[in-house]
Order: sequence, then structure tokens, then C-alpha cells
Amino acid sequence: MTVIQEVAPREPAGVRREALYFAARNGKLMTGFGIVAVLFLLGLLGPLLVGGAPNEYGPKPMTPPSGEHWFGTTTFGQDVFTQFVHGLRSTFAVGVIGGGIAAVIGMLVGFVAGYRGGIVDEILNMLTNVILVIPTLAVLLIINAYLGIRSVAVQGLFIGLTQWPWAARAIRAQTFSLRTREFVDLARMSGAGTGRIIAREIAPNMSSYLFMTFILLFGGSVLIASSLDFIGLGPTEGVSLGLMLQNANQWSALQLGLWWWFVPPGAAITAIVGALYVANVGLDEVFNPKLRET
Amino acid sequence: MRRYFGRKLLIYGLTFFVAVTVNWMIPRFMPGDPVASMVARANVTKPEAVEAMRAYYTNLFGLDQPLWQQYLNFWGALLRGDFGVSIWLFPTPVSDVITTAVPYTLALIVPSVLLSWVVGNRFGAYAARRKLLDNTVLPVGYVLTAMPYMWLAVLLAWAFGVILGWFPVAGGYSFSMRPNWSWTFLLDLLHHWTLPFLSLFLVALGGWAIGMRNMIIYELESDYSNYLSALGAPSRLIRRYAFRNAVLPQITGLALQLGVLVAGALVTEIVFAYPGLGSLILKAIQNKDFFLLQGTFLFIVLGVLIANFIIDIVYVVVDPRTRAGMAGAQA
Repeated sequence: MTVIQEVAPREPAGVRREALYFAARNGKLMTGFGIVAVLFLLGLLGPLLVGGAPNEYGPKPMTPPSGEHWFGTTTFGQDVFTQFVHGLRSTFAVGVIGGGIAAVIGMLVGFVAGYRGGIVDEILNMLTNVILVIPTLAVLLIINAYLGIRSVAVQGLFIGLTQWPWAARAIRAQTFSLRTREFVDLARMSGAGTGRIIAREIAPNMSSYLFMTFILLFGGSVLIASSLDFIGLGPTEGVSLGLMLQNANQWSALQLGLWWWFVPPGAAITAIVGALYVANVGLDEVFNPKLRET
Repeated sequence: MRRYFGRKLLIYGLTFFVAVTVNWMIPRFMPGDPVASMVARANVTKPEAVEAMRAYYTNLFGLDQPLWQQYLNFWGALLRGDFGVSIWLFPTPVSDVITTAVPYTLALIVPSVLLSWVVGNRFGAYAARRKLLDNTVLPVGYVLTAMPYMWLAVLLAWAFGVILGWFPVAGGYSFSMRPNWSWTFLLDLLHHWTLPFLSLFLVALGGWAIGMRNMIIYELESDYSNYLSALGAPSRLIRRYAFRNAVLPQITGLALQLGVLVAGALVTEIVFAYPGLGSLILKAIQNKDFFLLQGTFLFIVLGVLIANFIIDIVYVVVDPRTRAGMAGAQA
């Protein structure tokens, strides 16, 4: 849980330069984004370089990592490294789609509720709280079991649709503190509409907060997707890191000692999500002078 | 205070209503003919099970009745505790299947959640503003929270179960035993319980420690802390005050994290083939036992709502501002 204080509005150009200056010197931010970037590139370019379908059966089952098979092979002779790079792709896809949709809904609900207040706020807040309490995974279980999710995109869509409430709540609270500021009053007096005030006055002043919210939603989506895959409700087409874990567990890689089957996918998920969290702390320090180490 | 609880109960009531409605709607508004496709997908070999299933579905859906009537019937059955009949364990009622699994899940989740919360908070509070500890606790905490629950479970099972052979890696008790109240059986239960408990405990621990550490630093920068230290109060006293303030958001955080914790418990159970709700869900999905799945869903929602309400009560006990009707917790 990150605590983010509100940031006082300043001139945009100066703020941007200052932020960049501190960003480049922030070890946490650079390390975090560095790890994510490496894994992202691996997922982006890996499938092109490795070649071969990820689920293709090979002639040599259960071989430990070697020069030929970097991460070894599964019980069926599938190359774990090929699955791994394809899996990275779907993991990033789920994170971007799920996190993106959740961020958009969260922003819409949060901004409107926080800015309009009154009865609109009451209704939206009630809706947020109701969805917040329902355990996400349980709902996704039911939906996925009945609809039989096939693609990573649809999985990401449903994750996004269920994950937005805490973001909406956080953005609403943040909007509350901004809407009584003078510059918002000024915009209102000059006749700007609600949408324009939110888009031009309020959102830019909490853009760092919104970005950090998206990062947390991204990480959350990746974790939920991997749990769903592991239970056996993952996308039926393609590979993902969670599906690799599920297969390893289902075909008792544990008892057979095929550690190269279940260690890489989990390590990659941990690395992506952990690096994002660390980068988030770094971002917090960049945008919030109070937290900077002296 | 009455307003506070009234609001909370309204939200929980609405949530339960929404959950039940979703549960009712999904099979009905799914594309295609629900009865035929479900009977086909069930893939049951026993002909009497297929027949009973078809009859049950048609009867339960009451597809000749108007929609509102179907909806009311659904609620009626639910309030009588009738979740339908399991297809996987035909003809055991779903409610019976769930009640045999629930104790295992509760025995895993309650101690691990409470202990990780308490230990994590202590740890985080202690590490805050202590250079050496902070530099170790923080990275370890981030790695732990970022871990998918099932992965840590698999790693622990591999290290302690397969390589070292200290703990069993599957089941809630040895297959050679039958549940009874003897000491040997209880020890056996404990033996099987240790690893799943440990993995749940560890993943949750990291998040609480980080949250607490951040809150303590925030509190130590506040005016009252500065004032106290200016008066010359010992730092232990200041930290104690900071802790009491910092623990409030952590209680709210516990309520917010419940869904994630339950999800973690479910996948951990699957790794260890622990006979709780998680394994039940896996079986339900593998056997296309939708009644069981839906029953489990409602059960989990109900459990989370009850836990939420308990946390609300605790919050009122801990934070006097909510009792006085002042702004404390937001609904």
C-alpha cells in the first residue's frame, strides 16, 4: 500500500524536466524499469528468434537445461524456453489489457464521483464498494467456467472489468482534494464543462498518481491471470506463464524433480510484478520531493 | 455508530444480492441452450446421473416459467440451503460437499492471515527508519508480495517435501488414515498443514511489512511525533504512538485484501491437493460440476462478507472516532 501525498501544481515544463532529472538518478526506478524492459524485450523478440510452436512435442522429454534446450524440456519434450518467451508475451498482454481497462473505468468512476459529488457520488461510491467486497477471483472463476475463455484478450477484459474498484476509490479521494482548489474554481467560472475541467485541470495535476495506479493495476492483473491459469481456467489457445505452472503441477513435475519446468515461469512473474512495485516506489520519490533521499 | 453499521450492512446486503443475481444470470444468459450444453459438457458416464441432471436443470431453471418466477424460485431454494446436487459426487447435495471442505480451508486461512498480519506489522514497524533492517526487509518484502501464491507453494513443496522429505506434499492427512480424534491423526493433520500454511503466511507477510513500514515513516514525520520528540520523549514512546495510528489503515487494508488472500488460499490448496475449497473448485471445473462451482462461489462471497463485518466491528473497537460518530473509517 503506497501512501501518496498530493502534489502541488507547478509549471508543466519545469516539473517535467525536474522529474526527468530525479528519475534518471533514482536507483529503484531504473532497476525496476530495467528488469521489466529486459523481460518485455525477451517476450517481444524471443518468439521471433526461437521459432517453433510453444506446445510442439519434441523427441527428447524431461531433459535438464542444456545448450540445445536452454530451460530444458517438459515431460512431452516441449522446449520450456520457447514456452517461456511466448508466455511472457501473454503475461504482458494480460497486464496491459486488464490494467488498462481497470484504469480507464477507475478513472471515469473516480473522477465523476469525486468531482460531481452529491447523489452521483453516492450512487457511484455504493457501486464501487459493492464490487470492491466481492472476491475478484471467485467471480472470474464463475465467468470463465461458463463462458470458456479462449484468448488472452478476453481474459484481460474480464480481469479489467472486475479490478477497478480500489483505483476508483483512490482517484475519487484524490479528486476530492483537488476540486476545491482555486484553479478549478477559475475554470468553472470561465464556463468550462465538467468533462473539460476533469480532463484539463484535474487529471494533469494527478498524472503521476494515475500512472502509479496503472502500474499497480498491471501487477494485480498479472497475478490474478496467473492464478486463473493455474486453476485451469486460462486461455485455451496459446501459452502463458500461469499455464506453464499449471501444466507442471498437473503432470507432477514436482515429484519427478523437473525444477526447470516450474521455476522459470514463477520467477518471471515475481520479477515483473516485484520490479514494477519497486519502480513504483521510485516514481513516488521522483514525484514527491518529501520522500526523496537526501 | 448506528449510521456506520447501517451503511456497512447495506453495502454487504447489496453485495450478496448482486452475487446471487450474477450467479443466477450467468447460466441463463449464456449463449446457447444451457440445459443441453451443460449436460453435454458434463460428460457424465452414468446414465442415471445424466437423466437426473437434465431433469434437475430443467426443473431448476423452470424454463417454461416467466423470468421473475425463476429468479424468485432461485432465491427460495437458496434460503432453504438448497444449492443443488453435486455432479462430481452424485448424488451428494452441494451443501454437504462444501461443509466437509470448509474446515480445512478455514484452518489454513484464518491462522495464516492473522499471524502474517500481526507479524508483518510488528516487523514493518520495527524496520522503519532503521537503516540496516530497512535495507533487508524492504527488498525481501517486495519479492514476497510479488510472488504468485502457487509458485511459492510449489517451491516450498519442492524444497521441503521432495528434496529434504521433511513434509508431505499432498493431501490433508495420510492416505492410510481415516479421520478420527486420536493424537496420531491430529499430528498427521498438523504435519500436512505446515507447508500450505507457511506459503500462505510468507506471501502475505511481505505486503503487511511494507505497508506498515511506510505508514510508520509517515506517522513519524507528523506534527505530533515532532512535538513529542521536541519535548524529549523517548523514541520508544513515540514509536508506540505512531504504531497505534499506523495500524488503522492496516486494518482497512486487511478488509481490502481479503479477496486476494482467499484466492491465494485456493491456489495453494490446489498445489498441495489440500482437501479444502480450492481443491473442490478444481474438481468442479475438471468435472464440469457447475452446481458445486456456483455453491462454492456463494460460500466464498458469504465468508468474505462475514469477515468484512468482523473487521468493521474490530475497527469500531480500535478507533474511538468511529464510535463518536466523527470521521474515521469511510464506508
